[in-house]
Amino acid sequence: MDTEAATGSQPAAGASGGSSRGRLKLFIGMAAGVGKTYQMLLEGHAEQEGGRDVVIGFLETHGRAETARLAEGLPIIPRRRVSYRETVIEEMDLPGVLQRSPELCLIDELAHTNAPGVEHVKRYEDVEDVLAAGIDVLSTVNVQHLESLNDQVTELSGIRVRETIPDAVVARADEVVLVDLTPEALLDRLRAGKVYPRERIDAALNNFFRIENLAALREVALRQVAEEVGAKRRPAEVISSREESLTEGTPQAIGERLLALVEPYPGTQRLVRRAWRSAQRLNADLDLLWVRKPGQRLDEDNERSLSALRQLAAILGAKMYEEEADDVAAAVADFATRQGTTYILLGRSRPARGVARFRTPLPQRLMARLPGVDVRIVADRAVRANGEARISVPGIT
Amino acid sequence: MSAPAIIAIAIAGVLIGVAAGYWLPPHGRRNRKAAPTAVRRILLPFTGQAISRRSFEAAVRLAKAENAVIMPAFLASVPMNLPLDTALPAQCGRGMPLLEAIEQRATVQGVPVDSRVSRGRSSRDALRKLIEQEHFDRIIVSADEDPHSGLSYEDLRWMLERVPAEIMILRPAPEDTRRISLEAVGGHF
Repeated sequence: MDTEAATGSQPAAGASGGSSRGRLKLFIGMAAGVGKTYQMLLEGHAEQEGGRDVVIGFLETHGRAETARLAEGLPIIPRRRVSYRETVIEEMDLPGVLQRSPELCLIDELAHTNAPGVEHVKRYEDVEDVLAAGIDVLSTVNVQHLESLNDQVTELSGIRVRETIPDAVVARADEVVLVDLTPEALLDRLRAGKVYPRERIDAALNNFFRIENLAALREVALRQVAEEVGAKRRPAEVISSREESLTEGTPQAIGERLLALVEPYPGTQRLVRRAWRSAQRLNADLDLLWVRKPGQRLDEDNERSLSALRQLAAILGAKMYEEEADDVAAAVADFATRQGTTYILLGRSRPARGVARFRTPLPQRLMARLPGVDVRIVADRAVRANGEARISVPGIT
Repeated sequence: MSAPAIIAIAIAGVLIGVAAGYWLPPHGRRNRKAAPTAVRRILLPFTGQAISRRSFEAAVRLAKAENAVIMPAFLASVPMNLPLDTALPAQCGRGMPLLEAIEQRATVQGVPVDSRVSRGRSSRDALRKLIEQEHFDRIIVSADEDPHSGLSYEDLRWMLERVPAEIMILRPAPEDTRRISLEAVGGHF
């Protein structure tokens, strides 16, 4: 099965705009032998027949005759020979690729670690240079090479893969194509000598290529690609859900719905945690709202706090919103009405200065604007805990 | 003294009072120079329901000495059968009270706290993501390889190799059984 992961994007091939950055199309699979390189070569041929200038920057056939046969007809940039500890290693000739400057370059094994002495430590860094030169790239990678999945794959298979690539490399790819094969079909290919030479088959079957390993890895690969699809589709979903909320009108509160008013300061996390606990007890949804002043700029610390707040909201399952308004109470009241909020939590206000001191405090203004909505000011427990600094505290041994 | 002079003095007094009220914070003038400038960050990662009390105390001591902020970080693991961006209420049910407890204990001792949460496919992956997003000067972990603390020897080795911060690994000690757990949270939570 060959599943197109990206939606709505043009194929990498044929999309090169000349001077702009090249497009990366990645063939991802659960293990060696599923046919990633084969698919890449097939696509390379198709592009060549379509009139594009296609070259092979680096190809690893692993001695597979059918892969080597498929490479025939595509120009190959000769490998570069690098001496390392009295051994000669062959690597992709990055300067050669850049000098040749094809429209499309096929570069196998994205996670490969280069021999010392060449431009970059990792091949994906070479690929970055090729893309930056405006050359489209087709490349291949196995799912266990993804950094975030490396530990899980080790747990599943008992084999730790040392060569990893950051997940961001896959996330930045313009297209991710899953090259899929059932574990049974892959084992058949392995036994038929289509993956490794005869002498390595038994060892492979006894180690990595066990059916339970392959089934688990397949699931990992499928999920990974599904996540990539989800991540690429999300902006469109956000827009459509906003449109829905505009057309649906004011939702009516069915159960409890909590709203915590946050600001990008470290202390706000405590408020969010408490609001979340309350939401859990009430089996209610939790929204977080930050009302920022128009044109308000955040310093580095505030940006960091805001990012941490978003992360906390995501992991707790709360939804975080930002609104820009001068009048905080009006903005909160408007938002709470739209959302059907029944309960508002806010922290202790920072001391007002100047004329702001004469203004009615925010909780009172909220209560006036939102009759029927509970308003709770979350206490600063640290102050109270000060009195609890005793020797015996439950939970501290 | 003539009436206009008294009125003028009264108006001047009011103006001075208003100006002072505007410029001074409500609880008296604070010495801006005394406010902590910034600041080193000490990461205190954990994954379970408890952390080593020695790690916590070491973090507090260092934070006091270095005018640093403690950043307790809850590392959540997303099971493989769930998307990476999924909410994790069950794990948060254990992690949030402990974050709260740590924050309370540290604040009581006058140490500022800025908590974090991070999730990944494993504790290490969550830590990796956190380190990519944030800068830390130190990381404090206990080398007791307790499953509740969540970081194995392998993880510690990974940190030493890959994390661009000073890493303080507390050697195993008999007092490692002393812990701060989620029951330590004070008040209604």
